[in-house]
Amino acid sequence: MIIETLQAVMIKNSIITAFVFVAVVMWVSYWLSDRLTRGRVHGSAIAIAVGLLLAYVGGVFGGGSKGIADIPMLTGVGILGGAMFRDFAIVATAFGADLESLRKAGWVGAMSVILGVVISFIVGALVAVLFGYTDAVSITTIGAGAATYIVGPVTGTALGAESDVIALSVAAGLVKSVLVMIGTPFVAKSIGLDNPLSAMIYGGLMGTTSGVAGGLAATDPKLVPYGAMTATFYTGVGCLLAPSLLFMMVRFFTD
Amino acid sequence: MIVYGVGILAFCMLTGMFFGDLLGQIIGVKANVGGVGIAMLMLIVLSSLSSKKLQLGQLTQQGVTFWSAMYIPIVIAMASKQNVAAAVSSGWLAVIAGVGAVALSFAMIPVLTKLAQRSKQGESDGTDP
Repeated sequence: MIIETLQAVMIKNSIITAFVFVAVVMWVSYWLSDRLTRGRVHGSAIAIAVGLLLAYVGGVFGGGSKGIADIPMLTGVGILGGAMFRDFAIVATAFGADLESLRKAGWVGAMSVILGVVISFIVGALVAVLFGYTDAVSITTIGAGAATYIVGPVTGTALGAESDVIALSVAAGLVKSVLVMIGTPFVAKSIGLDNPLSAMIYGGLMGTTSGVAGGLAATDPKLVPYGAMTATFYTGVGCLLAPSLLFMMVRFFTD
Repeated sequence: MIVYGVGILAFCMLTGMFFGDLLGQIIGVKANVGGVGIAMLMLIVLSSLSSKKLQLGQLTQQGVTFWSAMYIPIVIAMASKQNVAAAVSSGWLAVIAGVGAVALSFAMIPVLTKLAQRSKQGESDGTDP
């Protein structure tokens, strides 16, 4: 009776449960960061890794596609971590950001977005060719997926790709966003990711909003607005370029 | 009042999303183009207005900074709802494509940063042919 009532309360107040969930994950992570790494690996980096690990466990046992949020008691985590709250919080980080450094890095930011889409697309397309795909539609769809997991299906649907190819493109985008979340704090120093300019270039090149959001949070939260600013244009530019210009490029090589 | 800050933030986001969706429709893609970016720009411009008339009050600011502070917790919730199982079990094609794209993009960051810094120095010197 006690357990059932507790479950019912947690399900009924799902977002409140999510607050407790996140607070506990953070508390454990910051404690681990302090004790095990003496603060060298930042607490938020550990917390994001723990979140991803829990998402994996949730996906394997729950069988759904929403990680830990597939567990009925934790559906609120899906809402709190969904696009609406994520974008709301990202916008809030812009408060107090330096307008001058944004203005200065304007054209570099724009260039990095286009370059980022093209680089990821080419890598994805080459890997698709390497794995034996020969038709332009599949190659383009997988290439687009390497940009982000939204560009992939949007492009695939527009070009009429097979559903298993679209699923692959989503998976490529997922791998990318997870890797950016985990990898960024480790490579931040060697790629000079410590100022607004390089953060804007980073956001433009990486483009995955969730990856950039997680990666910068774990590296230096002060850089979030600059990276997020450029990343927010990436998916749009990708959806624009992949089914048109980049598709024509692929068709030129495959025909 | 704190809620003024939350309201301003929400208004910026809705406006940004609105123009992002419009922009997507105009250029003919099924995606929001830069909605969050537009919202951020609005908020930055608003917060950097230094005229005394438009200065946001202390409590109003707290309405925004609270959500800014909730950013990392929300990102952790976001990480917890990712389809990691699918990413891990999707086979080598997806993994190699994802890893390759990330590695090459990481490698380009210092190159572009240096390029940007150099061109900026050239501008400020003004003597380069």
